[in-house]
This record gives sequence, C-alpha cells and structure tokens, in this order.
Amino acid sequence: MSATEQVLKPDHGTKRRHFIFTEEHEQLRESIGSFVVKELAPHAEEWEETTFPDWVFQRMGELGFLGLTMPEEYGGQGGDYYCSIILAEEMAKSNCGGCAMGIGVQTDMAMPPINIFGTEEQKQEWMVPAIKGEKILCLGITEPDAGSDVAGIKTRAIRDGDEFVINGSKTFITNGHRADVIVLVTKTDPEAGYDGFSLFLVPMDAPGVIREKKLQKMGMHASDTALLAFQDVRVPASAMLGQEGKGFYNIMWELQGERMVGASGAVASAQRLMERTLQYSLERTAFGRPIGKFQVTRHKFAEMATKIEVARQMVYTTAWRIQNGEYPVREISMAKLYASRIAVEVADECIQIHGGAGYMKEYNVERAWRDLRLNRIGAGTDEIMLEVIGRSYGL
Amino acid sequence: VIQGTTAPRRLLPPFTEEHEELRQSIRRFVERELAPHAHEWEEARWFPDEVFGKLASVGFLGLKYPEEYGGQGGDYLHDAVFTEELAGCRSGGVAAGIGAHVGIATPPVWKFGTEDQKQRYLVPAIAGEKIAALAITEPDAGSDVAGLKTTAKRVDGGWVVNGSKMFITNGVRADFLVTAVKTTPEGGHQGLSFLLIDKQDGVTASKIEKLGWHASDTALISFDDVFVPDENLLGEVNKGFYLIMANFQWERLLMALGSVAAMQRAFDKTLQYALERTAFGRPIGKFQVLRHKFAEMATTIEGGRDLTYHALRLFVDGEDATREVTMAKLATQRACFELMDTCLQIHGGNGYMREYEIERAARDARLGPIGGGSDEIMKEILGRTMGL
Repeated sequence: MSATEQVLKPDHGTKRRHFIFTEEHEQLRESIGSFVVKELAPHAEEWEETTFPDWVFQRMGELGFLGLTMPEEYGGQGGDYYCSIILAEEMAKSNCGGCAMGIGVQTDMAMPPINIFGTEEQKQEWMVPAIKGEKILCLGITEPDAGSDVAGIKTRAIRDGDEFVINGSKTFITNGHRADVIVLVTKTDPEAGYDGFSLFLVPMDAPGVIREKKLQKMGMHASDTALLAFQDVRVPASAMLGQEGKGFYNIMWELQGERMVGASGAVASAQRLMERTLQYSLERTAFGRPIGKFQVTRHKFAEMATKIEVARQMVYTTAWRIQNGEYPVREISMAKLYASRIAVEVADECIQIHGGAGYMKEYNVERAWRDLRLNRIGAGTDEIMLEVIGRSYGL
Repeated sequence: VIQGTTAPRRLLPPFTEEHEELRQSIRRFVERELAPHAHEWEEARWFPDEVFGKLASVGFLGLKYPEEYGGQGGDYLHDAVFTEELAGCRSGGVAAGIGAHVGIATPPVWKFGTEDQKQRYLVPAIAGEKIAALAITEPDAGSDVAGLKTTAKRVDGGWVVNGSKMFITNGVRADFLVTAVKTTPEGGHQGLSFLLIDKQDGVTASKIEKLGWHASDTALISFDDVFVPDENLLGEVNKGFYLIMANFQWERLLMALGSVAAMQRAFDKTLQYALERTAFGRPIGKFQVLRHKFAEMATTIEGGRDLTYHALRLFVDGEDATREVTMAKLATQRACFELMDTCLQIHGGNGYMREYEIERAARDARLGPIGGGSDEIMKEILGRTMGL
C-alpha cells in the first residue's frame, strides 16, 4: 500500500467554498445548475443540429437568470458581480457551448453597456424586456476586415439632421439572426482616431439591416452566428448609446466582462469534462485494470486538475478585484488567456484518454474540444491578451 | 471615467495592512543584512552562523511562535510574509538555510514536543542560540519514506541510533537534528518515530556540493551508535509518519510562496533590463516576441500566486488543504525554473554570467521540482485524491 493511501484522508468529496462566495451564492448556483441540467442539457444533441430555440431566453427570463446583476428597478436581481461568474459556470452544465454563448451574449456582453451607458428610455425599451427574455440582444464589433484591431473597423454612422445613417457590415455576430436589437460599434469621426467611435442601439428590423447568412462553424453549433450588412440604416440620434466619440473606450470596457465570462465558462467546462473523463477512466479497463489506475493516466489527471485549479483561482481572484471596484484589465486578460488555453489542453487530453471513443461524436468529448477551441479566439485572441498584458508593463 | 475603474489596488486576502508593516521591516532587514553578502556567501559555500543570531535579535525566527517561548505570538501568515521577503536575499541557499530552521525543523518541536523539549530546543532555536535541521531523507530513500533504514534500537533509558541521512540542509552546522528513525523495522510507515538528536560524538556530518543553493550547508550525516535518551523522543513511538505528513503541508506551502516571490523578483529585474538594453534601435523589451514572453511570465506568476494564496487561506483556516497545497507546490516549482530560464534567455550573454545573478536564480530554482516531495510525488498524491 502506498504512503498516501495510508495516511492522507482525501476529502475531495467535500466542497470547500471559496471566500468570495456566500450561502446565498451557493443557493443561486444550485438553482441555476438544476435548471440547466433539467431543462437545457437534455436538448444539447438536438440543438447542435438546429441551434437552440428562443424559448430558452423566455424561460431564463421568467426564472430571473438574465438580469442577475442588473438593478431591481429594471427587473433585475440586483446581485453582485459574482452572480455573473456563477451563471457562466453553471451554464457549462448544458453540455452545449453554443447555448451558453448565446445566453452569455445577452447577459454579459450586450446588456451591461445598456445598463451603464444607456438613457432611461433606452433601458426601458431594451433592457427591461431583455431581462424578461422577451427581447434578444446581440453585439456588433467584428467586421470582415477588422477583428482584433478594433480601431480598424469601417462601419460608418453619419449624422443627418436628427438622425444617423449607418453603412457597413459585421461578422461572427452571435444571436445575430434572432436578435431584436444590436449594440453596434460604428465610426462617427474617421479623423479622430480612438475618439472617433460611437455605439448605437439599432433595431434589427430597421430597414436596411440585412441578415446575410448563417455562418457554419467548427463548433458552437447550437449558436446562431451571423454575417450582417447595414445599408443606409437610419436611426434617430437618440439611438446612440453613451457619449459620441466614447465608443471605443466603452466597448473596451465591455470586453472585460466578456473575457471574464469566457474564462469562467472555460474553467467550468474543463472541470466537467475532466470529471466525466475520470469516470470513464475508472470504468474502462485495459490490460487488466481501469485505465485510470495506470500511473501515466493518473498523472495526466493530476496535471489537468492543477491547471484547472490555477485557472479557477485566477478567475475568482480577479472577480474579487472587480467586485471591489477595481478595473483589473491586466488580471482579466491573464485569466482569460490562461483559462482558454488550459480548457483546450484539457479537452484534448480528455479525447486522448477516451481513445477512439473520444474521437466519436457519441461521447461528446470531441464536441467540447471543438466548442472550447473558440475561447482562444473570441473576445480577444490569445495573442491580443499577450499584447494587452505586455503593454501593461510598459513594453 | 467608466464606473468601477478608479478603485486602488487592494492587498490580496489573506494579507492585510498589518502584514504590510511587517513586510517592510523584513524587507529592510533582508536588503541591509543579507542581500549585500549574497555573492560572498555563495562563493564561500556557506553563510555565517551569526545570521541566525541577527534574525533572532529582530524576532524573525519566532514570528509564529507563542511569546512564552520567546516568539512574537503571530501566526502562519507572518511566516508567509517572512518567506516571501526572504526571496529578496538573492541567494536560494541562504533562504533555504533560514527556512529549514524556521519553517521545517522547529515546527515539529512546537507541535509535537513536550514542554521540556520546547524549553530545551524551541526556546534556544527561536533565540538563535541553537540551529536546527530536519533529517528525513537517506542515501537510499527519499520520496519513499517507508524505505528509511536509519534504526533506533531500544536500550535502557533511551535509544541507540545507527544509519545515515542525506541532503540535510543546515546539517553541518546544526546543534540538533529532528531525525526520522525506524523504531519498528518491519512496520513500514507505522514503524517510524522522531528523535531529537544533539550534535555529539558519533554524529558525523560532511558537506555536499550542489548544482545550486551554494550558500546553504547541505550535509551527509552518519550516526554511529548514538545514544538518545527517552526524553528526546518527539511525539509518539511509531507515529512519525503522521509528523512527516503534517510538516509537509507547511513546507510545500512555503516553497510555493518562496517560488512565487522569487519569480516576481526575477520578472521585475528582467523587465527593467529589457527596457534599458537596446538592440536594433530600440529597447529589447519593445520587440513583440519579448513583450509576449513577459506577458507569459506575468500570467504564470499571477496564476501561481492566486492558487498559492487560496491554499494558504484554507491552511490558516485550519481546513485540510492537502489537495490545494499539493497543487500549489506542483504548479509553482517547475514554473519557477522555466521562468528563470526565460529571464536568463532575455539577458542573453549577460544572463550566463555570474554578475547578473540570473544564472544563480535559475540554478537555485532547479531544486523546486525535487525538494519537499518531487513533482512526480505531487502528481501521485493528487491522482490518489481523485480515486486513481
């Protein structure tokens, strides 16, 4: 018998609560988790073929899950920042990256800018119904010719009296086909550099908004990803979200929340995948014993668990900073970079441990890998994260 | 100004402002009393015993120990701060020698010792009058402690010890050795006990040359019919393995804390170098490849720190943090060595030269994945906590 077996009394079954979470958080986690397992996960396979249906928004709106951190006066739950993390983590239980992403765009990408920069009218018109799940939001930053280099976007909004006329195109827009409104990043003053951008809330049924095509992807099949065109779309000046010329900075702020949600989801997905694979490795036998009992496999799990724990602690520590009013761009970038990378590594290792079965669709491991692969690209690539972190040191 | 972007950076829990004062005073001491001698002590393959006296005079050898034994009445967090700041002494060997005394050899006396043992060993150790070493590893048994061969044979009024110990930090200079011995040869893990062995005739120590940690005193010790009286049995007979395991948690946490601090120092120093050194018309740090190297390193440090502090919080709260401590140790030691190697690379030829001290840091860091339980042992522990 080995030393560790005799003496260490493993308590891995017990869940030690991280200091940022309270009993209330645990209850919220429980209630989101059981909803996701009961009402979303059973449809995961089907939605991979069809994209997930709009009723998910309505149902989650009814349950109060779409406005966890939003003010109560607008129908939100008034929760703290940690509630966003919990939602992102629990959505991983859907086994459906595309569904988690569609919801994440609603709750943590498109909605926060309306909440922070929006006028009372804008909040009433879009945020209140979005929290209820009656209206679906999307966010338009990336263009066919500009992704990471946000300053290079070309979609123009030109003032014409009391209106703005918008022309351009956006791509890779999650929820783009089903959305009722888009938070759109445009250039209002081409001469002003970073000070020349403005955001608009553009109704997706406005004349000139063209939902061009549904993009086919490597993974995230359950999500609806659109290429959009804007041709002489007229919106009133009151559709501008936030101050004119502040669009770039405001969208950079938005990206921070998006990156945190991405990191949280990646950690939770990796954890689930590892647990499922652990189960598999204890059931699957080869050469006379469960494959998990081979030392090499045991060490693979030790390494995966360690990486996941590092990523989780980065996310939680950074969330704590955010909750305390800091704007920790450096740490957010680090958490996003690290969590995205290790999630993909873990997914690949889990395919390997599953062997041939891992390569088959049935086991859902290959899908997790395909879904997670997006994390290293979306919301700022690994390389952009490295640029942000490096520049924060004056390099 | 966007909402929520103006708050000042806060200290990461579990640390508070109170710890910052201590941190400043330790930092001043390290910069004044230790760092300037690093090179000399590395060359001498030794640092003077007086260092312990100096540390004792400012209370640093007993930060976590009760005042009744001459300690400062603090807790583990004060020792954690001490460990982080010791990384500033510029010599892994000096930090190791001090750490062996404060962090691994005296805690068992405090936790498992009788009142009489505490008076005879802990009190003078805190006062810097006696130097302590922990002696577990042997030439033929390291990770596999069940394989220890040093025996203690029962005799009238005590024990007679025969055998040898290897890689013992402070082994040559130690006044007493907290020594693992086999009291029941066929007992495996259940046959281990600890004895407090004074330096005496029959105890011979010789120095060992190492890849790094040059300033530390690392010894091969042999015991030849050494008599140890009954009152020097530490803890219960045959319960020594429990003592080892209990001690390991703190030792591994200290190693994680030390490595994170060492990584941060090397990073800061290399960053400054990269901004001053120019090549092809600009500071080398402004090249994208180097910028990304720094970003990678910073991310490694942040992840290591966040996990280590998480383990530390659980540990000081009295929870079983075996899993988290093991992960923290595993996640930081190889990472530290790799980071030192990257810093060495960024320094170019200078990195290979002794003067810049990066090669020393890299050599010193290489011990991390071996000492205190190797990376492979960490993975065994973690795998087993998962039922594998």
